[in-house]
Amino acid sequence: MPARHARVKRAAIGALAWAVALWVFFPILWMGLTGFKSEADAISTPPQLIFHPTLASYREVFAQENYWHFAANSIAISVLATIVVLLLAIPAAYAMAFHPGPRTRGTLLWMLSTRMLPSVGVLVPIYLLARNTGLLDTRTGLVVIYVLTNLPIMVWMLYTFFREVPVPILEAGRMDGATRWQEITQVLLPLALPGIASTGLLSMILCWNEAFWSLNLTSSSAAPLPTFIASFSSPEGLFFGKLSAASTLAVAPILVFGWLSQKQLVRGLTFGAVK
Amino acid sequence: MNLRGRALGRKRHGAGMLLSPAVVLLLVWSLVPLAMTLWYSTRNYNLVDPTLHGFSGVNNYWYLLTDPDFLTALLNTAILVGGVLAITVGLGTVLAVLFDQAFLGRGVARVLVISPFFIMPTVSALLWKNLMLHPIYGVYSAMMRAVGLTPVDWLSNYPLATLVMIVAWEWLPFAILILLTAIQSLDSEQKEAARMDGAGPLAQFRFIILPHLARAITVVIMIETIFLLAVFAEIAVTTAGGPGVASTNLAFLIYSRALLQFDVGGASAGGVVAIVIANIVAAFLLRAVARNLET
Repeated sequence: MPARHARVKRAAIGALAWAVALWVFFPILWMGLTGFKSEADAISTPPQLIFHPTLASYREVFAQENYWHFAANSIAISVLATIVVLLLAIPAAYAMAFHPGPRTRGTLLWMLSTRMLPSVGVLVPIYLLARNTGLLDTRTGLVVIYVLTNLPIMVWMLYTFFREVPVPILEAGRMDGATRWQEITQVLLPLALPGIASTGLLSMILCWNEAFWSLNLTSSSAAPLPTFIASFSSPEGLFFGKLSAASTLAVAPILVFGWLSQKQLVRGLTFGAVK
Repeated sequence: MNLRGRALGRKRHGAGMLLSPAVVLLLVWSLVPLAMTLWYSTRNYNLVDPTLHGFSGVNNYWYLLTDPDFLTALLNTAILVGGVLAITVGLGTVLAVLFDQAFLGRGVARVLVISPFFIMPTVSALLWKNLMLHPIYGVYSAMMRAVGLTPVDWLSNYPLATLVMIVAWEWLPFAILILLTAIQSLDSEQKEAARMDGAGPLAQFRFIILPHLARAITVVIMIETIFLLAVFAEIAVTTAGGPGVASTNLAFLIYSRALLQFDVGGASAGGVVAIVIANIVAAFLLRAVARNLET
């Protein structure tokens, strides 16, 4: 009897949890479906769950909307910013994790505090600086901004991962006469590779989805996908099929990244404060 | 940490070199724009009116603080942050407990429920505006008609409440993700012991799970607050701050002063106010994180 009771209870909990999950996910699912509808089906009332799928909207996004131009910007900016941020953050995190000094703790907290600087607070000077140096609407401009805004989080995340690497292993390498360069590249990096990979992944996600600076500092030539999608908020956005296809293409890669890295993300996003 | 340092202890000197590029860049990044914002906030400076220039003292601040739009924006910011926090932390705690239970397909269900967090803000704004809440074509409107109600033009009639809903949808997954991880770190023996002692599910939640979650909840509130103070794209894409200033928050107000009205001085004064507010919040967050560094 108790076993049956437990099974019923478990089924009820499962049904409730699935109902919540589907309700939360529904808008994304609906966007995915609408991308495969003809424009007529997309705005039919009441909305239809059963329809004749077509690739027309996707073809239009690729042909007319120049999707690849924006996707290429997103990819180039996110990848480049991630590489640069790792090149800066790995040595910094190494120094603080393995050679801590009296000021290390203060330095870590100070770094984090720079991330708290609200973007809108410095919008005016950054906009004027970008305009005066010719970096407005350039990929370089966004890369610089993304590197600077994400650097503190990446240092913290790597610091958290590096501190889990057993010190004796590094010492053994040093006994064998490894230089610092060899110690980092041949001992530390292979050991910490999973952590470095998830740090890079989080950097990609943050850069890909960033909207404040991309909306304010780019218009056309360097515009990444968030700016491209925002351009659909004009009356043209009423082409629901096209909007949905473009949106699906913009979020799909990063959604998959997010699913793959959800566990490590918690650590990165909370700076190791929640384990 | 110091013991660890001594155990490794050699040439911290060389290690300092590895740290300096990051430190120097962040130093420049944190000081230069801040100094410029402070400087501009005391200037008469309009991008379209070159005749207007010179020192203005505290005039920019005076105009800003006495502007009814500023008060509205401040109030809207508080409602947006407070509303989203209440929904995501409250609902997030309950759902984290729910998704911690064993049930069929739990892994997939979890992946689905955290998905909105990875959707870029401009996409989620347009998705809700057009596909879900559009008064004619939206799915929610169709559902209302199906049960005999009259669909509502949410973003025109209740712009701020609707924005709270959209932003809460984006941030609920974050709360679930963090709180679920925290629940999983709870010692199962402790739960077992409580059950043996006759604690019901509610008592277990109230006296074991909730206290265990206190720190994770603090972290969620602090991190969300930092990001929610700066909500911008959702507003820019859905309501553009309107109707009137009904859905203008501090971030959007500064943006419209700077890049729509080209009033650099006034926008900078707003920027300084935003920095002050964010720093008050940040001080609390840093304290919470600093405690963690000691363990």
